Amino acid sequence: MSGDIILLGLAGVIASGAPIVLASVGEALTERAGVINLSLNGLIILSAMMGFWVATETDSLLLGFLAGALVGALVSAIVAFSSITLKQSQVAVGFILTITCRDLAYFLGNPIMGRQGPIMLSTPIPLLKQIPIIGPLLFQQSLMTYFSIILIFLAWFWIYKTRPGLMLQGIGEKPAAAYVRGANVQRMRYFYTILGGALVGLAGPLYTLSVKAGWKGTITGLDGIGWIALAITIFGGWNPIRVAFGAYLFAFLQWLGLVLQSSWTFIPSQVLQVAPFPLMILTLLLVNLGNTEWMSRVLATLPDGVRNRVTKLIRSLRSQPPAALGTPFERQ
Amino acid sequence: MKQSRIRSLSILFQLGGLVLAFGFISLILVLIGANPLQAFSLIWQGAVGSDIRIASVLVAWVPLALATCGVLVTFTAGLWNIGIEGQITIGAIFTTGVIRLFLNTSVNPILVIIISILAGMVGGALWAALAGVLKVFGGVNEIFGGLGLNFIATALNIGLIFGAWSRPGVASMSGTEPFPVEYWLPTFQNYRFSWYSIILTVIGLVVIYFLLQGTHFGLRLKAVGKGIKSAFRLGIPTWQHMLLSFLVCGLFAGLAGALQVVAVYHRLIPSISSGYGFMGLMIGMLINYQAIWVAPIALFFAALNIGGIQLPIVMKLDSTLSGVIQGTLVLFILLMQGVKQKVLGEK
Repeated sequence: MSGDIILLGLAGVIASGAPIVLASVGEALTERAGVINLSLNGLIILSAMMGFWVATETDSLLLGFLAGALVGALVSAIVAFSSITLKQSQVAVGFILTITCRDLAYFLGNPIMGRQGPIMLSTPIPLLKQIPIIGPLLFQQSLMTYFSIILIFLAWFWIYKTRPGLMLQGIGEKPAAAYVRGANVQRMRYFYTILGGALVGLAGPLYTLSVKAGWKGTITGLDGIGWIALAITIFGGWNPIRVAFGAYLFAFLQWLGLVLQSSWTFIPSQVLQVAPFPLMILTLLLVNLGNTEWMSRVLATLPDGVRNRVTKLIRSLRSQPPAALGTPFERQ
Repeated sequence: MKQSRIRSLSILFQLGGLVLAFGFISLILVLIGANPLQAFSLIWQGAVGSDIRIASVLVAWVPLALATCGVLVTFTAGLWNIGIEGQITIGAIFTTGVIRLFLNTSVNPILVIIISILAGMVGGALWAALAGVLKVFGGVNEIFGGLGLNFIATALNIGLIFGAWSRPGVASMSGTEPFPVEYWLPTFQNYRFSWYSIILTVIGLVVIYFLLQGTHFGLRLKAVGKGIKSAFRLGIPTWQHMLLSFLVCGLFAGLAGALQVVAVYHRLIPSISSGYGFMGLMIGMLINYQAIWVAPIALFFAALNIGGIQLPIVMKLDSTLSGVIQGTLVLFILLMQGVKQKVLGEK
């Protein structure tokens, strides 16, 4: 393979990683506030269908993306209402919604299957696009891809460098303490759940209007992506930059799978298609192993020098969830 | 007096959820220009309109009821066994494997069927144990572990159908070569359902009811489900109980998969688990984890599924409407339960 083709492939990785970045960074914001939105998988499929539908009817990409974000915000508002106001299990309502949204997408999307729709073209940025390597890699992408890259740094800056971001960390870690300091925990949780959901809702149309253009019902190939995005959020330790790294790594491995499939024909295509999932389990194993009880017991038996080195390695891999994730907040 | 008032209020809220759910679905149907009443009556006719359709509902009821029985055990222990789809699939693969092994031998086919069903149960339990071990020793949340294992099981299934176990000549989505009739679980007259499946399912329902209501094991599982730390302080071996609950659930899932092979399809097909595992999880939530309700609600869900088949033929609507109805129903009942708790000021 020549350098140009590899560069083109890597630019493709940035583009195909963009929806996963949107979804997993959106979810990271929600989970930082202490709410798990488990509806991602169905939400992405439903927003993909709705976004595509609106874009074909109105011939407007912008309206398509707005429709996707609106679907994401609405579905996430149900998650917020049932878990924050009604204090029902977040996992239960998320699971119901993930299944129902998927069925709803296939049901409503039946008449528009196989329709021709608008496709978002790339918008090269003058001057910047001429920089060797970086230009073709980063600056000849579509507007939504640029947005996804900006979002990574914006979310990171927001969480770690601003006052409201500090509050956000507070309501996910110690909601009672944040409440004492004057944070309206319930309202902020609503806000971040709906905001995160709207970002996830952009991922759907990004597939049907760009990355995997078109709506083809069950064979559109979006089933499973939401689950991967949820796993990447954990892998990334709820830090937008590490989360984005996970998303690009996933997109890179998918691309590698496609490349290998054409040259290594002895591997059945089904194997490479599901390769992300054992990989997902393995990475979750890696980042969680340090949290298990038996691991700390094994570590305690090791000699000091070895233990320090092993602990360091495990610590660097480990990712710990916000302490109050998944639990409702009660004012005392 | 007060107790009975709360109970009748509770039923009122559930009815409210039911009404809201059907209102929501009717609204969607009206918006896309379909007649809701026509759709509902079509589903009803599609489920009970003829002997053949009723038999089909019973065929769907078996895996659905078994899957729900299984997830009640993991739910009781506070676990989300999303991996049940994969456990059904692996059960079906094990059953098919055993039958293929004995196909051209002199072993009595009845014995082969029995061994193959047991093998299916073992297969389901092994796959469930894998999710359990990942959870207990690896710290991997059972939702993600189970989900990953689902995709792997599906890939393995398709890999076998198109690879090692493919039909001579043409490998296809229609599945592996059907077994000779001797290896089928006898069906009732010419209908598709088998009394043996029904009997096994009823036994399963009874076992689960007594396991959860009347045994020490069930009580301990409940304690683990309510709170791991306090259960541990009570002296209950917590991780052992979590693993056991996965194993029991896997046995039921494996049985469901095994029966799909020996009683329904008589071969391995790509979508052998057909989403019954996920539906079982939904039913578990809908009935608030009460074993006594598994049989009737599973029957209702099965009827919706079979009735939905008529929708694309008559009304040009996608049959996933059944899934939408099921999901909306569970969602609104759950929401109304939350509203009830808020209004009555319960926990």
